[in-house]
Amino acid sequence: MANIMIRQADSGGLVFYLPKRDLEASIESIEFDSDAKWGGELKLGNGGAYYIEPIARPPRLPISLRARRLGAAED
Amino acid sequence: MSTLSREETEALIAEVLEVYPEKARKDRAKHLAINDQSIEQSKKCITANRKTLPGVMTVRGCAYAGSKGVVWGPIKDMVHISHGPVGCGQYSRAGRRNYYVGTTGVDTFGTMNFTSDFQEKDIVFGGDKKLAKLLEEVETLFPLSKGSSIQSECPIGLIGDDIESVAKKASAATGKPMVPVRCEGFRGVSQSLGHHIANDTIRDWVIGKRDGQPFASTPYDVAIIGDYNIGGDAWASRILLEEMGLRVVAQWSGDGTLAEMMNTPKVKLNLLHCYRSMNYISRHMEEKYGIPWLEYNFFGPTKIVESLRKIAGFFDDSIKEKCEAVIARYQPMMDAIIGKYKPRLQGKKVMLYVGGLRPRHIIGAYEDLGMEVVGAGYEFGHNDDYDRSIKEMGNATLIYDDANGFELEQFVKRIKPDMVGSGIKEKYIFQKMGIPFRQMHSWDYSGPYHGYDGFAIFARDMDIALSSPVWSKFVPPWKKAVPEEAQKAA
Ligand code: SF4
Repeated sequence: MANIMIRQADSGGLVFYLPKRDLEASIESIEFDSDAKWGGELKLGNGGAYYIEPIARPPRLPISLRARRLGAAED
Repeated sequence: MSTLSREETEALIAEVLEVYPEKARKDRAKHLAINDQSIEQSKKCITANRKTLPGVMTVRGCAYAGSKGVVWGPIKDMVHISHGPVGCGQYSRAGRRNYYVGTTGVDTFGTMNFTSDFQEKDIVFGGDKKLAKLLEEVETLFPLSKGSSIQSECPIGLIGDDIESVAKKASAATGKPMVPVRCEGFRGVSQSLGHHIANDTIRDWVIGKRDGQPFASTPYDVAIIGDYNIGGDAWASRILLEEMGLRVVAQWSGDGTLAEMMNTPKVKLNLLHCYRSMNYISRHMEEKYGIPWLEYNFFGPTKIVESLRKIAGFFDDSIKEKCEAVIARYQPMMDAIIGKYKPRLQGKKVMLYVGGLRPRHIIGAYEDLGMEVVGAGYEFGHNDDYDRSIKEMGNATLIYDDANGFELEQFVKRIKPDMVGSGIKEKYIFQKMGIPFRQMHSWDYSGPYHGYDGFAIFARDMDIALSSPVWSKFVPPWKKAVPEEAQKAA
């Protein structure tokens, strides 16, 4: 598990940020994207994938969350 | 001096890598690349922020340097204690030329070196008592200091001192913030982790201390983050923001104060110049206080205009109007400078090797002068820095991450740039090779280079370096080719 931050990109999409490794990547897809359920599997622009527990859509971004890496480490 | 083609650059990299033993070669190959603007993700072509290969001459610093030297050091009204042996602080004292106003030793302490001067007995028996005494002495000798930061050097982490509890007691006794910073030099792969650690301590000990307190704010409050006022950089930036009607509440950390940092959460927009060293705190304030942050670039008129407009875009029309007025006012001055220097500098090629921001930021300023950046690299950049650089750099530009003395020399020998911009450790090697050189960390004791005023100085400095008559004296008279007539006469 790692602490991550999700923020709004200037272009409108979402950006994934992993402070520990200064890894910044666009979020290509998010598994659940409704007001009641938001999160799940995140597919990143760099090929990686992370999982966050689905929560209600956060009222404001950025937000820090705990995430689990899916698959092998990308770098 | 020709620009190398993609194939030639590839061959050059291969040639440089050839001298390494196989394992080292594989490792270094990942750090040398050729820019390809079509790539979005830098990790496809370059690996960054990895442990330096043992045995090569790196130019990186340590985490202590990143925290004490870069982030905390310039906060002028605090006493920053280099906790540990005397050398780390003494040899880096005042080296970064972070200008500030104040009376040194009375209300400001920027160029002074405070150290606990560890001796053998402190290593054996621990240095906590010494630190407590030191903090007491600081309070007696410098009552106007607004607080202290304890910057750990390597031994502190190794012997397991509890600087946190000492700091807490001292803070309770004096009522001033005492910030223990665990930035021992061995942490991380370069000074970059020191920046991060320093940012985290600012987050924990400074930001939020004035939450809920009254503050006379305006809709135009901004903070300058990540400008270290080297040679007066932040001042040259600040006046532009003020001219366009914004109120600069805080300067981080060049010429900055503790109070300014504490007030930063009250601003409307954080303006981030050095992304590498202070993006962490900007991200934190964005999450906690909803303050957006914006990367800007005040090197060279093209980028300044771009950045000013981007900044004005966050505010109402009155600011946008004033922003245009500022741009219009300085344009003639910029035209005059470019008119004067561009003909002298046009087409000259530059290779850069600097820290974590300037390689990409300065490119625009060189281009404004008609110069071309043919190679660039970061000492301690991360992949998010390279992501931001790819688009700024020309196609087929040579990129080197954490380059060492050998690689740089080889590259320069082959690419034959007209000028190299790097740090003091590289300066004399290249000058002795007959190549004009400017220090791009400390501006070679000149500056500022930020803002419109800075660009005037930047252009002049580049011209001085390139046009110096000394470069024509490199071949001794007896080695010069004898002209035809003289041969006949003999
Ligand atoms: S690596 Fe350790 S000993 Fe060396 S300068 Fe940094 S803190 Fe001091």
